[in-house]
Amino acid sequence: MQNISSAIQIIPLEHYVFLCVTLFSIGLLGVLFRRNTIIILMCIELMFNSVNLLVAAFSAYHSDPAGQVFVFFIMIVAAAEVAVGLSILVMMKRNVDSVDINLLNRLKW
Amino acid sequence: MVGSIPNINLAVFVPALPLLGFLITGLAYKRLKHNQAGIIASVLVGLSFLISIALFFVLRNSGQNAATVTLFNWIAIGNMNIPFAFLIDHLSLTMMLIVTGVGTLIHIYSIGYMHSDDRVNSFFAQMNLFTFSMLILVMGANYLVLFIGWEGVGLCSYLLVGFWFKNPAYNYAARKAFVMNRIGDLGFILGIILLFFTFKSVSFSEIFTQASAMQAGAPVITLITLLLLVGAVGKSAQIPLYTWLPDAMAGPTPVSALIHAATMVTAGIYMIARSSILYNLAPITLNVIIVIGMATAIFAAIIGLRQNDIKKVLAYSTVSQLGYMFLALGLGAYSSGVFHVTTHAFFKALLFLGAGSVIHAMGGEQDIRKMGGLRKKMPITYITFLAATLAISGIPPFSGFFSKDMILTKAFEHNIVLYVLALGTALITCFYMFRLLYLVFFGENRSAEAHPHESPKVMTVPLMILSVLSVFGGFLNIPSLFGGNLSFSSFLDSAVVSKTSEEISSATEIGMIILSIILLGAVIYWAYQTFVRKAQIPSGDEVKLTPLQRIITNKFYIDEFYRAAFEKPFGNLSVFLFRKVETTILDPAVSQIGRATATLGTLTRKLQQGNISFYLFAMVAGILLFIVFILTI
Repeated sequence: MQNISSAIQIIPLEHYVFLCVTLFSIGLLGVLFRRNTIIILMCIELMFNSVNLLVAAFSAYHSDPAGQVFVFFIMIVAAAEVAVGLSILVMMKRNVDSVDINLLNRLKW
Repeated sequence: MVGSIPNINLAVFVPALPLLGFLITGLAYKRLKHNQAGIIASVLVGLSFLISIALFFVLRNSGQNAATVTLFNWIAIGNMNIPFAFLIDHLSLTMMLIVTGVGTLIHIYSIGYMHSDDRVNSFFAQMNLFTFSMLILVMGANYLVLFIGWEGVGLCSYLLVGFWFKNPAYNYAARKAFVMNRIGDLGFILGIILLFFTFKSVSFSEIFTQASAMQAGAPVITLITLLLLVGAVGKSAQIPLYTWLPDAMAGPTPVSALIHAATMVTAGIYMIARSSILYNLAPITLNVIIVIGMATAIFAAIIGLRQNDIKKVLAYSTVSQLGYMFLALGLGAYSSGVFHVTTHAFFKALLFLGAGSVIHAMGGEQDIRKMGGLRKKMPITYITFLAATLAISGIPPFSGFFSKDMILTKAFEHNIVLYVLALGTALITCFYMFRLLYLVFFGENRSAEAHPHESPKVMTVPLMILSVLSVFGGFLNIPSLFGGNLSFSSFLDSAVVSKTSEEISSATEIGMIILSIILLGAVIYWAYQTFVRKAQIPSGDEVKLTPLQRIITNKFYIDEFYRAAFEKPFGNLSVFLFRKVETTILDPAVSQIGRATATLGTLTRKLQQGNISFYLFAMVAGILLFIVFILTI
């Protein structure tokens, strides 16, 4: 642990933070502005992983393994979410023969 | 004064058995066959009676005067601690014996009387519920438990008066009884609240211990006693709240006997006797009670003179006798009042049951103008009815003589005017009772279609037992004049504190008794001349009456007065509120609020496009706003 931390700490923490914010923003914008549902799902994964990376980085810098345990939990949740998301996607493709999210607009008043 | 007495916890079974009966007959009323409900109900009340007798001996052998049986801690908030407890002392034992004893006989009688009714099972369930409530009322160890029973009997009275609810007039009578009782109950509960504020307790023993240290005439005590009196006036049908009782005769006759003669209507008298220590501290209230009681006694007796419905005569007679009991209470002779309650329970229950037997025989006819000559057809009913009539008239040595004589003596000691009025009431009572007796049982049968017959044994046996009690009940309390020692009064003395007054000489007393016997004899002879010899039958509505007769026949127009003074204005107010306030203000206001909400909804639902991108955008925008908000703080 100590060796790994010292290896990681060669790169300053700010770099991790900037990288993660960038990745998160890309993911967020993708979710907001793309119409392809597959891409939206991937963007969500991107946001997840940027957060994971940030948590892992802070964990390493503070020598606190709790953050990395958290990362594992988030990965499990993300896996479950992907399973559900992709099955919805499959059903969507079967029903409307498209993955355009704007076609799913029937759930309204 | 309260120690543990072995077996005193039996007291719990006294109210529990009628409650069990109510649950059995009430829950299984569709499954029970005919008569089964009646037998179950009667047996359980009978067992209650036996346990009450056992309790009497338990208490006597223990050498103590009172015992408290606590069931559970009922209300415990801060310093307030009200247990659900029963107080077993001589007063509550007396009432328990009356309620369960007379109640058992009336239950048995009802098996015969209600035989052909198709809701007989519900009837017995309600009767058992009534018995339970009444026992809670007389056994409660504090005013709150008493109040539960008080309301319970009111409810059962309502249910049973309106038992034949398909008749709108009977329903009206039931509602009237309920509403008038409610007026009284309001005063009663205000009294209890004031008691609690004054004494920080509602328990009898604590209040009376504190009160005995107080000075007579304290304004707060006067106010409390007056408020409690309002409750008693409502329950015991005194002026001005008496008009419900004659109407309550709409119920089945055993109900009238049990609730409106023997037990429930005496609850007010019981409550005042129970609070005797408080009332002794409030001379003003006692004077009010004297005035109310005396006025009611005379007033109701006069109305009873010209009633033609057999049950209405008895109802006004009950009101009048209750007035007598109030008079006794007002004179501070609480034990005499309770003694009159006891003897009245015997003979008035007997009169009502006898009347029920007559009504049963006449096929539902209640008009005494259409009866007559039943002496030969119904000998047992006649003999028992005669015994009760003699008892209520106060002919020695029947029970009513002893109880009435005690009240008359007290009245004489207090004020000669009261004595004259009370004696006058007794004479009027005697006259209308013999008028009833002669019109029903003597002369010729005036109804062509009815074929009267003696009632079955299940009805006549209770009559016979009650007639024995009516004849000999007075010997419980033989005054010293006749070599007795007032055993009943001294029995009660541990529970009620009667006011002592100067004794009158025995010569005066003998003179009073002889005077009343002579006058009563004259009245009976007069009634005999009028209704048997000359066979004067009360006229129907078509004959012209003198103004006085018309006023009495119409019951002094009290019902009409109440209708004009309270019912009509209240009804008009309701109509006004409905027409003006409800339809022009409240209704539009409510519907406008509804409409505004709907409009707001139509506006906001435009946001719900179903577009997921938009939702996501809104969500992110929301989160960002949230973050900004947190950061700026």
